[in-house]
Parts: sequence; C-alpha cells; structure tokens
Amino acid sequence: MADTTQQIASLEKDERVREMSPLRKALIRPELGAICGTILVFVFFLSIAGDSGMFAPEGMINWGTVSAQFAIIAVGACLLMIAGEFDLSVGSMIGFSGIVIALMTVQWGYPVWLGILVAFLLAMAIGALNGYLVIKTGLPSFIVTLAFLYILRGLTIFISIATTRKTIIGGVKEAAEGDPIAWLFGGKIFSGLFVWLADLGVVGKFVAGPRAGQPVVEGIPMLMVWAVILVVFGHVLLTRTRFGNWIFAAGGDTQAARYVGVPVNRVKILMFMLSAVCATVFATCQVMEFGSAAADRGLLKEFEAIISVVIGGALLTGGYGSVIGAALGALIFGVVQQGLFFAGVESSLFRVFLGVILLLAVILNTYIRRMITGER
Amino acid sequence: MSDTLIELDNIEKHFGPVIALNGVSVTVKAGECHCLLGDNGAGKSTFIKTMSGVHKPTGGRILIEGKEVRFESPRDAMEAGIATVYQDLAMIPLMSVTRNFWMGREPRKAFGPFKFFDFAKANEVTMTEMAKMGIHLRSPDQAVGTLSGGERQTVAISRAVYFGARILILDEPTSALGVRQTSNVLATIDKVRKKGIGVVFITHNVRHAMAVGDRFTVLNRGKTHGTAERGNITAEELQDLMAGGQELAELEGSLGGTV
Repeated sequence: MADTTQQIASLEKDERVREMSPLRKALIRPELGAICGTILVFVFFLSIAGDSGMFAPEGMINWGTVSAQFAIIAVGACLLMIAGEFDLSVGSMIGFSGIVIALMTVQWGYPVWLGILVAFLLAMAIGALNGYLVIKTGLPSFIVTLAFLYILRGLTIFISIATTRKTIIGGVKEAAEGDPIAWLFGGKIFSGLFVWLADLGVVGKFVAGPRAGQPVVEGIPMLMVWAVILVVFGHVLLTRTRFGNWIFAAGGDTQAARYVGVPVNRVKILMFMLSAVCATVFATCQVMEFGSAAADRGLLKEFEAIISVVIGGALLTGGYGSVIGAALGALIFGVVQQGLFFAGVESSLFRVFLGVILLLAVILNTYIRRMITGER
Repeated sequence: MSDTLIELDNIEKHFGPVIALNGVSVTVKAGECHCLLGDNGAGKSTFIKTMSGVHKPTGGRILIEGKEVRFESPRDAMEAGIATVYQDLAMIPLMSVTRNFWMGREPRKAFGPFKFFDFAKANEVTMTEMAKMGIHLRSPDQAVGTLSGGERQTVAISRAVYFGARILILDEPTSALGVRQTSNVLATIDKVRKKGIGVVFITHNVRHAMAVGDRFTVLNRGKTHGTAERGNITAEELQDLMAGGQELAELEGSLGGTV
C-alpha cells in the first residue's frame, strides 16, 4: 500500500506536464482561428478599402446584412455538425420555404402569418424526416441530405411552375402589409435612432430622389436581429445547457453517448430540424425583403454555411466546435465578399480569396484543436 | 462480505444460428473483485452486454438480491446499480473531463424559467472525485484526450462510483495500458472494492487478474465451468482453462513458459 501512496504522490506533480500561463489558456480556444481571421480580414480591408465607404454606416449595414445571412444558416449547420451530421439540403430548403410562403399568400390568398407558420412547420417536418432517415438507415447524412438537396429543389421548381407557370412569385410585400408577424422578418428596427443620427450628421441623408431628406440607413434589418438571436441562442444552448453536452456527446462518440443514456437519436433529429428552421428564417427574411420568392434561391448556401462553420473551428467529423466561431466565420465570409466589391477588386478573385482563407483557417484550427484535445 | 448482489444463472445468448453464450453462471458479491477470464471470442463481450442490458438473454435468469429482473435497456441496468466501463468507449476524448464525467446526468441550476448546466458544482465534484482516486487534474476543462489511458479508465470508474454503482463491470481496463498505468488501475479497483462495490473485472491477462481478484471464473467457448476462490487456483491452471488446455501447453513449452 505504501507503494500506491507514493505513486499517487508522484501523480500530483507530473514533471512532464508543463504549467500553462493564464494568457495562453485564455487564448487556446476553439474560436481562436476565427478570431485571428476576423482581425486579419478587418485590418486588410481597412487598409485597402478604408476610404471607400465600406466602414461608413451604410457600408457596414451592407456587409453586416450579408454576414448575418451567412450567420443564420451557419448556426444551424454548426450545431448539426457538432452533433456529428451534415445538412446539404439547406440551400434547397431556403428555396422551398420561400416558395411555400409566396404560394400560400399570393397564389392562394392566405394571410402572411399563416404562410410563414406553414413554412416553418413544413421545414421542421422535412428536417425531422432527414434526421429520421439518417438514423434509421444508418447512411451518412452526407448522402441522405444530398438526396434532399435534389428532391427539394426539383419539387420547389415543379410546384411553382405547376401552380403559377413561373419560377418567381412576386407580390408578397403587398400581401404582407399590416400582417401581425411579417415585420419580424422583413422589418427594420431603430429607424428613429438613424433619423436622429442623420440629423446629427453622423449618418448621411439622401440629397435627391423620392427619399430626399431621409437617412441613407433606414434601420437595423431584422435579418441582423435574427442572426444575433440565433447566435446567442446557439451559443448558450451548446455551452451552458445539458442539451449542449448531449450535442457534443452525440457527435463525439455516438456509442459512448448511448451507453451513458444520452438520447442520441433525439438530439440528432432535433438538430436536423434546427438546421431546416434556420434555413426558413433566412428564406422568410429574404422573401419579406425582396417581396418575392424564387425557386432557385439559396443555391450553394449549404456550402457557404459549412465553410463558415469550419472557419469557425468546428471539426468536420463532429464533437467539437463553437457557435461563436461559426458566427465569426460568417462575418469573415460576408466582409470578404462585400469588401472586395468595395475595394473594386475583380469579383472573380473573391473565390480565390475565400479558398485561401478557408485553407489558412483550417490549418490553424487543426493546430489549436490538437493543443486542446491532445489528439495526435 | 458474503451478500450476493447479482446472480446470473445459466445465461444463454444466440445471435441467429450463432450461439455466443451457452450457459454462463456468475455471482457477484459486495466488496469483491470477481475476475472473468477468457480468450478472445470466448463470449466475454456478449456476456458483459447481457449483464448491462444491451443484449437480452435468450435463456437463463438474472437475479438482483434474489429477485429476478429483466433489463429492457442499458438504462434499466443502470438504475439497478450496474455500471459498465467499456474498454474503448469509456470516454469522449474531444470533451472536457467534467463534460465526460457528467455526460447523461448533467446537474442543472434553474435561472428563471431556464435550466442551465451547473458547471460550478460539476467542476468541483469532478475534481474531488478524481482526487479521491489519486488523479489530480490540471483543470476540469481539460479535454479527456490529454489524459493517459489509465487516467481515462479512472475517470470512468470514479464516474460510475459517484453515480451510485453497486456492481461495476470493467471491460479489459488494463489491456491497452503500460505497466505503471496498469498498477494505477489495479489500485483503483482495490479502492472501489473497499467501498463495498462488487467489481467484475474482465481480462485475458492472468497476472492482472491474480493481482486483485478474490474469485475467478473462466469463460471458454461461451460456457463457464465454475468459480474458484483466491488461493485455490494457480495462474497456470487459469491459463490452461482459458485456452482450453493442450495447445497452449505445447506452445508454452516452446516459448519457455513466458505467456
């Protein structure tokens, strides 16, 4: 027994474990790669496009809106990826939900709130079906949701042509007037604040045209509000709740999680549903803003969501990641896309730039993750 | 010391035409370390899974404190106080020690209408429980992947003990470990046994079994042939029973008795 006591004493201070400084400890986190990327991207665009209006209020609303769009779908993709699955049907889901709302309201004359409600219910049902199929068949979600990428897109175009002979359905804005919940998606908040700021001269005013005298920034689009709400919700859910622990466990090791009683199937199906709901939030905001729905909306959005999530430090195979990281990934994505436009750079270079950032972020993230998790 | 916690009587398990278990009888008493020995393919894993509610037995009875039970799921077995620490599935390396320790049983604290994971309590309990087993963590947020194999087993064992396990099944906890880590795990088994928990120690390493075992049962080709008390059986006899005798005897001769 004396032997074991000695061993225990020696375990207390293992000479091979180096003490970590608090600074290092605070820095080594899943989001570190995305934080560095964000700083880099902002420094870069401040230096090449600082005087182009990119960082004026209207410029910020511009790239902020684009980033918010990415962020909304990235939250769903992030939590799903941490739970160990993919959803490649996000883009098609966006097109589908938009058409559902437009058909319900414009074509069939139902109130907009009902159209939105039905779109969300359908999205949840399709998300649940995705999840159910993945779990029941044991097929990779990559395949199942790839099938739904085609099924949903084809169905969307078919339904839209079969009922209206068009793939673009307009007139949603008119239908949404006075609707009790349409403003939640298409509205803008803090308009008064921007009028006041414009009077102070902080924000510019239109000098000519029908809106002369109004501030150039109307308000904060609800799209951004949704992005913030979803990011905060996702982050708190993942890091501060029991369910969040189950998400990590489901993606980290399905079998180990099942053995300790984590309801893995329920967690995964719910995350598929959340992914579809996020796509529908995106679609609803877009439909309300444009006043129309088109069957080809949301093309390639699933990859943009996944790229944001991966830039944000999540592991493609699940069990590891951060919603804050994914949101920063979305911010990087939006700033780069719009920033190159502000900087007057040939737009085809956007993809080159994006590819380089993706590669750098993933290399850095892999290195950080190894430090945290002891992977070899 | 002689109260029987669980009795498995003549357990059979068939998978279609394959007979994985063909009459396995084991009893586990409080405060003992019951070693279940068997070579690869002897049916050890099937037996553990039957005992922990993953598989339902095709035949035979399971009695807990004299009452017959049927486990419909691993949950049922867990509620009956049977905890299993699987060889490779014990922990999720990407997650922190605290998250692993509480996985499936996270403590919660209400904040208004919402309930949050109570990290303050979870971290504190994890640190104390680990310290009791002789492992001093740098921090409860450290990922399990940064721990050694023996430390991971210890986290899993202390988790099971903390959550009130009365019967602890350890599936080859020492098979992938080095010498020093093995002795740490064996020391942990000894501590657990002293708390009055019945430990089922599955291994194919006779020396590890002899080091801590109170009773020994050998599983061979899906069957058990009685249980031996410590002191009534030698390592060589156990080895022979496991391998089914002759062949190994010949092999051992050519290897100079080192197996």
